[in-house]
Amino acid sequence: MPEDTPIIEIRNLDKFFGAFQALTDVSLTVHIGEKVVICGPSGSGKSTLIRCVNRLEEHSGGHLIVDGIELNDHTRNIRAVRMEVGMVFQQFNLFPHLTVLENLTVGPIRVRKIPKAEAISRARKYLDRVHIPEQADKYPAQLSGGQQQRVAIARSLCMEPRIMLFDEPTSALDPEMINEVLDVMTELAESGMTMICVTHEMGFANKVADKMVFMEDGKIVEIAPPSIFFTKPKNPRCQAFLDQILEH
Amino acid sequence: MNNKLHSIAKRLHWMDGVIVAVLILFFGYIWVQIGDQLNYKWRWGLIPNYMFRYDEERERWVANLLVQGLITTIRVCIYASILAVILGTLLGMARVAKNLTIRMLARTYLEILRNIPPVVVIFIFFFFLSEQLITALNIESWARGIARQENNAVWEFFFGDMRRFPSIISGVIVLALFESAFVGEIVRAGIEAIPRGQQEAARSLGMSWIAEMRYIILPQALRKVLPPLANQFISLIKDSAIISLISVQELTYKAVELVSTTRAIFEAWISVAAMYFVLCFSLSMLFSYLERPGKAAAR
Repeated sequence: MPEDTPIIEIRNLDKFFGAFQALTDVSLTVHIGEKVVICGPSGSGKSTLIRCVNRLEEHSGGHLIVDGIELNDHTRNIRAVRMEVGMVFQQFNLFPHLTVLENLTVGPIRVRKIPKAEAISRARKYLDRVHIPEQADKYPAQLSGGQQQRVAIARSLCMEPRIMLFDEPTSALDPEMINEVLDVMTELAESGMTMICVTHEMGFANKVADKMVFMEDGKIVEIAPPSIFFTKPKNPRCQAFLDQILEH
Repeated sequence: MNNKLHSIAKRLHWMDGVIVAVLILFFGYIWVQIGDQLNYKWRWGLIPNYMFRYDEERERWVANLLVQGLITTIRVCIYASILAVILGTLLGMARVAKNLTIRMLARTYLEILRNIPPVVVIFIFFFFLSEQLITALNIESWARGIARQENNAVWEFFFGDMRRFPSIISGVIVLALFESAFVGEIVRAGIEAIPRGQQEAARSLGMSWIAEMRYIILPQALRKVLPPLANQFISLIKDSAIISLISVQELTYKAVELVSTTRAIFEAWISVAAMYFVLCFSLSMLFSYLERPGKAAAR
């Protein structure tokens, strides 16, 4: 598969919440297998941007093409896209009434319509991948935060998506659990998955990202490979932001 | 045991004695008034016979008026609540639907029911809906057909005398339509109590709205609203007295019948009140026992 085939094309995207403009003229192209890390101060539109990619938010203007499908008001398109785009949330959002295994199989069985036995073996495979095969029969509330987030990652992977979106996946975790989640994400990145991560974990970003994106006030201010981004960013506000979070 | 009595005695105040004395005097006075001034003869001896009587032909005890009525009440309430939960769930989903028309229709239905006296609602449903439906579907002759058959034990078990099937079924429909509005509100509250993230997670897996409701939202919402639903079920039992007005032969209807044949007004109504009370109170005790933490599968 050619490495330079675009899989997500964001062109001149605008997003309004009422009168408030959350995104202004945002353009970004992500290629197959590329890892993009988005950072920026809170309220800069990072989450809004990736939530537009699987249309949890509807964009107000511009074009958004994911996996060759233009996102617009046609429901079929949206569901087709969502099947190919996995999403991991800050608050995990596991289904509390289902066991871990059921959390992992409900999508494949009800959406992909694959046989139950196959869905279960697939679920076990991905639980292995996130290193918690022994938790299959527990309920989410019985797991630690880090374990829950890894289950959430496995739940998305069970749909065998082509793209994974991470919306601040470690922000709700206790510090000692952050690394187990980042390790899983790093392994996923090494397997060649296309990823967009909104995160403030700069160590992870430096190790994994092909492209760093800095956003402020709903605009993309800087796009650069990490080697340049972390050493000599062009934009002074980006530099200020990095100084602030790398201080400690 | 002695200790327990002792501790109760210690908590009593002289005021408690006064209150009890006043109450005894008050009810004693009413008792005497009924006996003397109304010249009322208490005939409690009648009542047991109207609960169960000995059938000479079949040589066994069979249910009489009051117990027959009670059984009908229980049957009607069970079917009506099943139907009300189904309709109410649909209504609750409609109340949070994306489509404005659907939302408005559900809201209209609810507001109409909430702002009209139950008796009027019952009559409207009965004459405009249920009776028409029964005539249109020819249920009357169908039920008579079953009543004439030899092997109708299963039907009789579920619906009693099949000749009265149309009346029971209209009672069930009317009651269910009435209660569904309230069940709908409970279900809506349950759906709205589920965090938004659940919906977002379901959607990002590519689920349709139906699948999202069926597998993610409703199972959680219904589990949350089980306690208020149980209370609504008790309400429904009490509300069911109203369908005696459309000649469903349930407990209240039978009580009216009993009063008109025996003139034992007080005995009949006190007995009926006691039967409703025992039914509703024991259910409410049962539900609160089941609700206790650690009992039901509380997750």
